[in-house]
Amino acid sequence: MLEVTGLHVAYGGIQAVRSITFHVNEGETVALIGANGAGKTTTLKAISRMVGATGDVHFCGEKILGISPHEIIRKGIALVPEGRGVFPRLSVLENLRMGAFVRDDKAAIADDIERMYAYFPRLKERADQLAGTLSGGEQQMLAIGRALMSRPKMLLLDEPSMGLAPIMVQKIFEVVRNVAAAGMTILLIEQNAKLALESSQRAYVLESGEITLNGDSAELLHDPKVKAAYLGE
Amino acid sequence: MDIFLQQIINGLVQGSIYALVALGYTMVYGIMGLINFAHGEVVMIGALISITVTSTLAAAGMPLGLAGLFGLVAAMLTCMALGWSLERIAYRPLRGSPRLTPLITAIGMSIVLQNLAMIFWGRNYMTFPPLLPKVNFEFAGTHFTLVQVVIVLLSAALMAGLVFLVYRTKLGMAMRATAQNPAVASLMGVNINRVIASAFVIGSALAAVAGVMVGSYYEIAHYQMGFMLGLKAFTAAVLGGIGNLAGAMAGGILLGIIEALGAGYIGDFTGGFLGSHYQDIFAFVVLIVVLMFKPSGLFGEKTGDRA
Repeated sequence: MLEVTGLHVAYGGIQAVRSITFHVNEGETVALIGANGAGKTTTLKAISRMVGATGDVHFCGEKILGISPHEIIRKGIALVPEGRGVFPRLSVLENLRMGAFVRDDKAAIADDIERMYAYFPRLKERADQLAGTLSGGEQQMLAIGRALMSRPKMLLLDEPSMGLAPIMVQKIFEVVRNVAAAGMTILLIEQNAKLALESSQRAYVLESGEITLNGDSAELLHDPKVKAAYLGE
Repeated sequence: MDIFLQQIINGLVQGSIYALVALGYTMVYGIMGLINFAHGEVVMIGALISITVTSTLAAAGMPLGLAGLFGLVAAMLTCMALGWSLERIAYRPLRGSPRLTPLITAIGMSIVLQNLAMIFWGRNYMTFPPLLPKVNFEFAGTHFTLVQVVIVLLSAALMAGLVFLVYRTKLGMAMRATAQNPAVASLMGVNINRVIASAFVIGSALAAVAGVMVGSYYEIAHYQMGFMLGLKAFTAAVLGGIGNLAGAMAGGILLGIIEALGAGYIGDFTGGFLGSHYQDIFAFVVLIVVLMFKPSGLFGEKTGDRA
């Protein structure tokens, strides 16, 4: 579904992502793991056109590397950005509506909002509250709900566990697994390698902008190199 | 007491005009952090276009009221096109450059527009045709005219319309989202360029109406009229808290009233040494005081929360 070939990103003189190649099949959850600064977020930003890049990115057979950032969501890709990126002075409900910005089917949008409230009852309680007043975990729920509101074909998740209490991390990943079980294609970026490998079918390990390992998540969980470098065992 | 009430009414009228212009400053600032110092010139262009169109049509035999309406619409359309072009030509290429660069460009655009207006319309004061019949009202010892009533009511209606647009429509929601986090708004499918352009276009339409109001209120227009008006409306926006819609409205009206009261009483306070033509100093005293003691303005949100 998503095919990334020779993706290369440079900021000034620094090569953040060096010609990486990977793919995500339909219905699959693929994790991209690696240390801080390995180029994970940059890779997602390149796919969602927030930073310029060279190489090739195809989504559902269509080349998407040249299009405008605001067109990406119309192709069916929704990003849950690093640090959540909720609109702090919009209400929870308005944030969800922003997720459906590209849609015009009012009745279906209203249904989807109810669906998000069912996924995240906490959001329903706080529907009229400004998103900036939510806790980190609630903001993460909102960011995921907002991304789902576009009815995407694929979800890109950037560090959903970042800065959250362990209990909240468990909750968020439960949701991610539920969304995946419902058939969503997911590219998951995570520093918490164990959690990422446990929640995905396949994974790529990114080191200093290059993919150094890839394979089935279950196998990588037992790979001695991964264990030593990322699982702290 | 009569003077006091009278000056409150005069201030309300002038303040409504400031508020309309201040909204243009504050919308653009709220979305892109730019102070568009050419905005006062848009007001001036609006006033001059409406004079030209109205007097041409009236000379051709159209009833003055109808000609004035056409003049207003022509002014709005021209200013909307002008606002759109300003953003497209002068500011968009500078997106992402240091803040001072677009600011200096804005001052440059203001000079360009003034000089263009001078070339087209000349240096002389132009008489604004009386669009509305001269009807006077008297209430509790104060006097006011139909023009004043219309200015206040029309401003209130336009401001209500703007609030509806910003808080109740999809475009308005996209504008607020863009102001808070342009990168994420773009991920949601918002075309940032279009949102910024609409802020300019809407602000310019309000400026055009304000231009026609000033023209019909003082019955005069001039290629330099936008400069002082623009500065005062900017002051009003800062007073209310720049970037905040309610702030621009409240700041505009408050500034109008402060100015009118100042002008009404300055003679008494200085023993006749300074007359009411010194009224301009009040706006700038207000600006300095606000910047010294509450730079975020009355309704200002604390800065640094553009998450």
